Parts: sequence; C-alpha cells; structure tokens
Amino acid sequence: MKKRVLATIISAAALAICSTAMVNAEDGLIKVGIINNDPNESGYRTANDADLQKMFCEENGYEAEFAYSLKNDEQIAAAQKFIQDEVDYLLLSAADTAGWEGVLQDAQDAGVSVILFDRTIDAPEDLYVASIVSDMAREGTTAIDWLSSQGLDEYNIIHIQGVMGSAAQQGRSAAVDTFAEEDNVNIVTQQTAEWNAEKAQQIVQSVIDSGESFNVIYAENDDMAKGAVAALDKANISHGVDGDVIVMGFDCNKWALEELLAGNWNYDGQCNPFQASYIDEIIKKLEAGEEIGEKVVIMEEKGFDASTITQEDVDNYGI
Amino acid sequence: MSPKAKKSFQISDLFRSQMMIPVIAILLLTIFNLIIGPSFFNIRLEENNLGNAVLSGNLITILDNGSELAILAIGMTLVTAASGGQDISVGATIAIAGSAILKILCGDNPHPETMQAPIILAFLVGILAAMACGAFNGILVAYFKIQPMVATLILFTAGRSIAAWINNNELPIIKDIEFSYFGGFIPGIAVPTPFLIAVVCVIVIFLVMKFTNLGLYTQSVGINENASKLIGLNPVTIKFMTFVILGVCVAVCGLIKVSRISSINYSVIAKDIEMDAILAVALGGNALSGGKFSMAASILGAYVIQYLTTTLYRMKVPADALPAYKAVVVILLVVLSAPTVREFFSKRSKKLKTTRRGVA
Amino acid sequence: MKEHAVLEMKNISKTFPGVRALQNVDFTLCEGEIHALMGENGAGKSTLIKVITGVYDKDNGEAYLAGHEGPVTVHSPQEAQKLGISTVYQEITLCPNLSVAENMFIGRGSGAGLNWKKMNADTNRILQSLDIPAKANQQLGSCSLAVQQMIAIARAVDMECKVLILDEPTSSLDEQEVKKLFNLMRDLKNKGVGIIFVTHFLDQVYEVCDKITVLRDGKLVGEYEIKDLPRVQLVAKMLGKEMDDLSDIKGEQGTYTSDRSEVVYEAEGLQSNAGIRPFNFHINKGEVNGFTGLLGSGRSECVRAIFGADRVLHGKVKKNGKEVHIHKPIEAMKNGIAYLPEDRKRDGIIGDLSVRENIILALQNLKGFFKPFSKSQTYKFADEYIKLLDIKTASADTPIKSLSGGNQQKVIVARWLLANPDYLILDEPTRGIDVGTKVDIQKLVLQLAAEGKSVTFISSETDEMLRTCSRLIVMRDRQVVGELSGEDLTQNKIMSTIAGGEAKS
Repeated sequence: MKKRVLATIISAAALAICSTAMVNAEDGLIKVGIINNDPNESGYRTANDADLQKMFCEENGYEAEFAYSLKNDEQIAAAQKFIQDEVDYLLLSAADTAGWEGVLQDAQDAGVSVILFDRTIDAPEDLYVASIVSDMAREGTTAIDWLSSQGLDEYNIIHIQGVMGSAAQQGRSAAVDTFAEEDNVNIVTQQTAEWNAEKAQQIVQSVIDSGESFNVIYAENDDMAKGAVAALDKANISHGVDGDVIVMGFDCNKWALEELLAGNWNYDGQCNPFQASYIDEIIKKLEAGEEIGEKVVIMEEKGFDASTITQEDVDNYGI
Repeated sequence: MSPKAKKSFQISDLFRSQMMIPVIAILLLTIFNLIIGPSFFNIRLEENNLGNAVLSGNLITILDNGSELAILAIGMTLVTAASGGQDISVGATIAIAGSAILKILCGDNPHPETMQAPIILAFLVGILAAMACGAFNGILVAYFKIQPMVATLILFTAGRSIAAWINNNELPIIKDIEFSYFGGFIPGIAVPTPFLIAVVCVIVIFLVMKFTNLGLYTQSVGINENASKLIGLNPVTIKFMTFVILGVCVAVCGLIKVSRISSINYSVIAKDIEMDAILAVALGGNALSGGKFSMAASILGAYVIQYLTTTLYRMKVPADALPAYKAVVVILLVVLSAPTVREFFSKRSKKLKTTRRGVA
Repeated sequence: MKEHAVLEMKNISKTFPGVRALQNVDFTLCEGEIHALMGENGAGKSTLIKVITGVYDKDNGEAYLAGHEGPVTVHSPQEAQKLGISTVYQEITLCPNLSVAENMFIGRGSGAGLNWKKMNADTNRILQSLDIPAKANQQLGSCSLAVQQMIAIARAVDMECKVLILDEPTSSLDEQEVKKLFNLMRDLKNKGVGIIFVTHFLDQVYEVCDKITVLRDGKLVGEYEIKDLPRVQLVAKMLGKEMDDLSDIKGEQGTYTSDRSEVVYEAEGLQSNAGIRPFNFHINKGEVNGFTGLLGSGRSECVRAIFGADRVLHGKVKKNGKEVHIHKPIEAMKNGIAYLPEDRKRDGIIGDLSVRENIILALQNLKGFFKPFSKSQTYKFADEYIKLLDIKTASADTPIKSLSGGNQQKVIVARWLLANPDYLILDEPTRGIDVGTKVDIQKLVLQLAAEGKSVTFISSETDEMLRTCSRLIVMRDRQVVGELSGEDLTQNKIMSTIAGGEAKS
C-alpha cells in the first residue's frame, strides 16, 4: 500500500516537472534578469533604463525583471537571486568593476548567459558571452584629444571626478592623468564631487577662493559641470566659447547640449545609453544557435564641440 | 546650606557646557587653517555674472553650504531628544519635498518657459508633503512605538522613488531666475540666501522655545516618559510633534537644494545628509539616546562639519583619502564630546584652580 | 587594624561640587557582626557605602581589609567583589530582561566558557536553600520586586563574601520575607561574615543588629552597642536634637473644624485595566485616609485608577458633586487631584532636569503649552519650596538625580504642592527616607488636612498611617475588603481585617 502511494507521488511530481518544462517551451518568453544602476542617477541612466524597458517586454518575447542599485553588494545579491530564479539571460551594468567573478561563475554553472552592457568589469572574458559597453577610457581620450587640439599655451585643469571606483570615473580620469604628464599641463585640483552639482560648485569655489588660476574645467558628468559653472558665474569668470575657462562635461543631456549651443560650455562627451537593440540582436542570435560575431561590442561615441554643434545634433543625441 | 538663586560662573562649568565641543572644534580648525595660510579667511565683495554684488570667500562658502545641515539639525535635535532615536529618512524626504515643489512650479511640462505657479504656493505644498512624511514617521514611532531608525527606514528606502514618481521620472528644470534666489543670491543682497534662511529658521525656533514649553516637554519626555505621563504630558503627541517639525525643516532644505540647481536629481540630492545631521547633533554634545539637549550646540555642530569639508577641499586632500580624513577628525571630535572626557577636563581645570589658590 | 575587624575605614572624606558628603568618618566592621549604618538623608550613608565598594574614589583617608597588609584602595565594584565585599543596593541593579540564573552569575568573571546547565542547577540550588519562590530560567523582570530583591541578596551571598553590604534591603519586602532575610543574615553572621545593614526601619535594627554607627551631615556621630542605645536616644543622635515620643504628633495639629461631610471626591464602580476589582471610594474635605494591605494587594492600583494613571475601564466619578471624566492624568490634575507615585525613580523624577524644573513641571503643564513661566518665576517657586521643605541641594539648578533619595522625594512633593490640588494622593511618600523627613511629611499631611485639603496616604508602615489617617481602607488580593475608622484604628484590627475580612463592594 505504501509503495503504491509513493509511486503515485513520484509520478505526479515527474509529470508536474515535465509539464512546467513544456509550459515554458510553449510560453516562448525568454526570461531575462536585468541589473542596472539607479535610473535616477543621471539623465543618461534614465534614458538607458527607459530604452531597456521598452525593448524587454512581453510583446518582444521577453519576460523581464529589473533590479536597481548603486551599491556593489546589492547588485551581487540581485544577481544571485536571478540565478536562483533560473533566468535565461542575466544583463548587467555593474556599479563597481570589482567583485563579480564569483557570481558570474555561479551563473555559468547554472547555465545562465551573462551579457554586460554599458560598463565593463574586472573579470575573465570567458565568464560572459557578450558585452556592449561604452569604452569609458576612449570617452576620456576623445575628450582629451579635443582639449589638446585647442592649442593653448598651458592647461591648468580643475578635474572634477565622479564616484571613485566607478567605471565611468576610472575611464574618464585615466585620460586626464596621462595628459597631465606633459609639461604644459598642470592639474590645479583633482577632487570627487560624486556626480553631485553642489559638491562640484564647492570644489571650484575653493579654488577660486585660493586665488589659483585655471583655464579648464574637466567635469566627468553634466551635473557636475553645471555646478562648476555656477561657481564661475558667481565669481563672474567667463567661460565657454570666447570665455576664459573651457568647460567640459559628459553624458550629453539635452539641456547640456543646449548649453553648448548657447556657447556657455565648450565640450560634451557622449555616453551612449541605447544598448538595448544591440543586446536584443545578440540574444536573438544565441537563441537561434548562431555564433556571435564580436564578443565585445564597443559603441560608437563621439564628443561635441560648442563651435560646431547644431540644433539637429541636440535633437538627435540629447538625452 | 542655602541655595543660591543663580550659580556663579566657573571655568569648570564651561568645560562641561555642551557648547564647548563645537567651539573647541571651530578653534582647532581655525588654528589649523591659520597655520596653513591665513588667506583662507579672506572675504571679498565681488560682482557675479549678472552684475550683482556678492560676498565671496571660504568663510562665506561655509556659511552658505552649511545652512541646510544647520536647519536640519534643528529638527533632528528635537526628534533625537524626545524619541531617543534618529530619523534617517531626511535625505529621501528632502527629495520628496523638492520634487513636489518642482511639480507645482512646472505643471505637466518638465521644462516650462515660465513657472506655472507662485513660488509661495509651491513651497506650501512642499511643506505639506514633508509634514506628511514627518507625520508618517511620527505615527510609527510615537503611536506604534517602533524604533525610530527602523520606522524611518521605510521612507529612506522608498522616498527617492516616490520623489521620482511625483515628476514621472522626468527631470524638471526651472528657467526663471527668481527661483534660483533661494539657493543663490537675491539681487542687491550680498549675503547668500541659504544663510539668511538658516538665520530666520534659527530665530524662529528660538522664539518658539522661548514662548512655548517645547524645550521643557521634549526633554521631559525624552528623559523619563513614565514620569512625564504622570505629570499630565502626552508623550505620543510630543514625539509626533517633533517629527512634524523636522518635516518643516526638511521642506525648507528641499527648497534651498532644488533652488541651487533649479532642478533635481532624485538619487543624488541630499545624499547621506542624514548621517551628517545625526553627526551634527552628536558633535553638539547631545546624547543620541535622548533627553536633555542644546539646540545651539547642534546648529554649531552642523557648521563645524561644513567647516571641516571646506578645509579638506582647501587642503587638496586626494579624493580617495577624503572620507578617511573626515572620519578621523569626526572620531576625535565625538570622543572629545563624550561625558567622561569632559569630566576629565573639568576636573583638571578645577585642580588647576585649587592649586593656584593654594599657592596664592 | 582592630582585633577581629574585617573592614576598617579611617578618616574618610569625600566632596562633591557644593556638598561635603563625608568628613573624617571612621567606620569599623567586625567578623560575625551585623552592624547598622544609620542617619538622615544626606548624612552620607550611601556615599560611605559607595566609597567602600569602589564606586567613588575617596578624597582622603584609608581603608583596611582583613588579610591585606597596609591600606587598600578599591578602584571599582568588580575589584570590591574580588576582595570579598558584596553589595545589594536599595534600587535593584540587576537586569530584568535576563533570566534569574544569568543575573546570579553575571559579571563574576567565570571566563569564556559558560556551562548553562551547571549555572541553572546551581541557581536552583541556591534559590531553594534560601526559600526564594523563583526558577533559574525565569525572566527576572517577571518576578515581583520583593523576589528580585531576594535574588540580588542571594547573588551577593553566593559570592562567599567577607563583607556583605545591604542597602535598604527590606524596603519592598513584607513581614514573611523580612523574617527570611533576617534568618539568612544570622546564618551568615555565624559563618563570620560582617554585614553592614543600612536601613530606616528602627524595629528591624533592634531586631537583628549588634552595633550601630550613626552619621549626621557627613560627620560621624558615634558607634554604639545595640544594648547601650535605646531607641529614643538613637533618633535623637540622628536628628541632633531631643525628640518626644514620635507617636503623638497628631495632637499638635489643629483639625479642620468645618463641615467634614463635604464630599470632595467620589467614585462608584471604578475599575482600571490594572486588575483590581471595581471599587467605590469617597473622601471628604479636610480628611486624611489611607489604603492598607499586604504587598501586592492593589493599593497603588486603586489610587492610580483615581488619578487616571492606568487605563480606566469604567466607573462614575464625581468631583465636588459634579460628574467628571477622569481617564488621563491631565484630567485629574485639572480637577485638582495630585498623585505622588510609589516608584520615584521610574515614575517621579526627571533625572537630568534641574530641581527647579522638576518642581514647576506639573503646574507648568496645567498652565499650558504656550504659557511658559519666566526663568525668574521658576527660581522663585523653587526657592520657596526648597526652603519650605528643607530640601538639601547645592542649588536650584542641580540635576535632581544627584540629590539623595529623600531630597528627591521632597522635590516631587514640592511639585505637587505647587500645583495646589484639593486632593493629594501620596503613595509611599516615606519609603527609603530618613526618620526626620518621615516625620516632616507626616506633619505636612496633617497640616494640609487642617487647611482643608484631602489627602490619601499610603504607607507600608502602618504606624504612620495610624498617626495620620482618620479612615483606612483595607485591601487584600486586589479588592477592597474593609474600611476602618475611629476606634477600629489599631494595628490588631488592621491585621485581622487583612487576614480575613468580609469583602466590601
């Protein structure tokens, strides 16, 4: 009698498992877990998040779950959860470049494919199937190339950094540090404003109050550039095209590009937030069993110069 | 022994007075900056890009940027005193208040050409929103007797998302120059407006404390809730009131902060300000477990924190090391403010006095 | 060091800001001796104990312990314990949220390894041997105050001390419990332990002690053998004056001669959520009544219900003939009722606030949130009552927590007198207070009655109530069982009513 009951239970369980598998296959929805930074962190992030949300929806054949955090440990925890939830693909934009090896190994063991977007991480390439990233370092060098092409006699730079350790900060700062090795380049101060306009204003204000001269403000995102400009305005220091101080920002927010158009700022580096279509392409290829062409896709990004920017540029590229 | 009506003043009392800690901190920072270079203290009157005369200099920066913290310290001191705990949601509620203000001013279009409503209306809505958050926290703590840090964790977690939702996740930007006055300068007045607002708030709270029993009742409830009940006080009402007052402080900070950039960044605005506010209260020598408090000491503590930040920027301390330096100084100041250390100093100064007397 | 002495304090002085707590005090404790330490409040008893046990550093003088060459300095209570000096304080200094066993062994430096089983077994053994009604794994806070006190004593006893200091151990114990304690003390005495017994209960001193040391105003008055010092002389030495028989103070007061039948307060079927049976109560103008009964019989709960301090479930209440709604303390206060709580530390004093702030608080609350008193007014009030009640404090700005227990009590009394109530409820106002103040308070009660105020006076010393009350309500097991007045006001009648009276509705 007991044996019969046991047998019935086992077969019922087996049937249940099979049926769920069948249901999944019939379902056809690809399960994706998306880990991103806080969508309110900046205009860039808002656009990036909106882009992903639009792409990964049921109509397009996806069942997507989103997790947001600016904190490394929270993102890792979210990744663990998605792995447990048995997602097919794990999409990741890491807040911090370090600490991911363990989780990515778990993902690989569980058969979850990992695709990085927006930012790279410090981990062996074989732990992820693809990455669509901005090459932050290239964003930095593009900006510095433009700066050195301005042909100034000397460059006294106020370098305002983002959150220390973030991929964006590391990439954009590296270019400045290299540039500073040249003889006529001097870094007046190098401080982090943690993407915060207020802190940026205080940093620039501190330099103005100390009386040191400067002619370049290199701010690693638009908000911080805005704060810096506020300090300049208060001290009635001219900036932008025909001004005494060159102002540089990153992210290409629409309002920032308008500042370029108005001649108040000089340069803005693009950080392309629209990775969703690239990711979609890759997933479709993998599902169809095809080989992906290039594992690491680096998005095209350029910098805008205030003297050459057009209204069309603002409309097309402004986020 | 007949008691005297007023105690005569002694140096040992000064050491025990709470004001001593922030005052000593200011003295130390000042001496330090003097050694590095007295140009730190220069104040200039200049013209800004709009042609208005404005005061400029490190001291002005301190008074300007420390104002939000000082205003917040007012409310946080009261909450700490009555409930023996801290409100960690203030950063998030500043985001909510700021977002509400911008919503009223922008209406449906996040980038309007002109403001859609008078600033005063927007500010009132901001106050209501922040008071609602304060009331929410207040009910949880006062009525449901949840520990303050736990209760305020809710808004701490959800607040910024709520702030973003108010404006549909868009970034409103105000173009009107009048709005920037609150975070910047009013044409014709060289003193930064945030500082003036802080001064007004300080005057208001001191008048309130003088003409009502807010200070006495708050301390009474914080020190001994049972005894306070038996004197006819209602601890629930009083604790609730402190949270609502903090809400008003939050609204004022929200106005100043969004006015500084005429916009808002939901995840970055007032980030970590709750830690600094708690620190200001602690630097003021107030017990974080509640009870007796000195409002003036907290406010001074807030400016000490800003003084420290500005000094560190001046020192060009490398960005990576900045938190470490700040931590060391903070630990030093907090240890100095500990009652045991203060007792030690007051004993030493008394011994000094008695030996002097003995010699004489 | 003197022969047979276990502890000798010589020439001890200790000063606090504004107060000279001890001046050149000598104290000797011998082996196998129960030695009473007596004095009014502020005499320095607590300070001396705290110096002996290392809580305070003495400014001057030397301490000697049996078995140690030369003077000994005790730096901390832990060190005192190690040296064999154990203390049980008046206010229970154990942890109510821990279990009995944990409290027994806490802080005794047993090192990293804790054997719970052994701890519990040992604790149960100790509790049984001392006949204490508690279990090792019970939460301490769930035991009654009296049992907690006994556990505190058991802990001290278990640590095999040479000197045992009991600071007001019997304040919360009833007769049975006091007897047990005294048996315990005599056992220890026979084992050679020296016991310092600090108390205000004269009867108890004469029952169990061998010697008495009297302190007054920080100075030593003298050390006496019990048989050489009759009571009256003892009291005289404590107060520094000759005293008549204490029991005749009633005669001194004028009685309120007008119409005594005006009912000031009346309650019918009053019941609170504190677990007492609904009771009726009334009090007339100029009358002093009391509630008596064993510990835990519900006396405090009754008066708390009258004051609205506990949640009132139902009952009809009339004040001066008008029906009123008293469900909260503020409502009681507005109706002219005042309540001095039993546990002044938990319910009475606002520790960090100054003496004058504590005094004005009740009246201030009656006045209103938007009408604070001016500072000079508060000083005036404070000075008035400091003088009136002879409160010993360095100044009106001293935090109340640094005053001695009796003076703290006086401040609370001042607080309620200032509020000028018609009906004042005093719950154990004389607990933990020196003889002189006790008498003062009893005189005050009669004086208030003479002025036309009504007073309810609760005390565990029936003598006091007999001296002041004209009517006693007897309680047993949380209900009113009798009411005594006139000729029935005798100890015997009270005992017998408590023991087996008819339940009165």
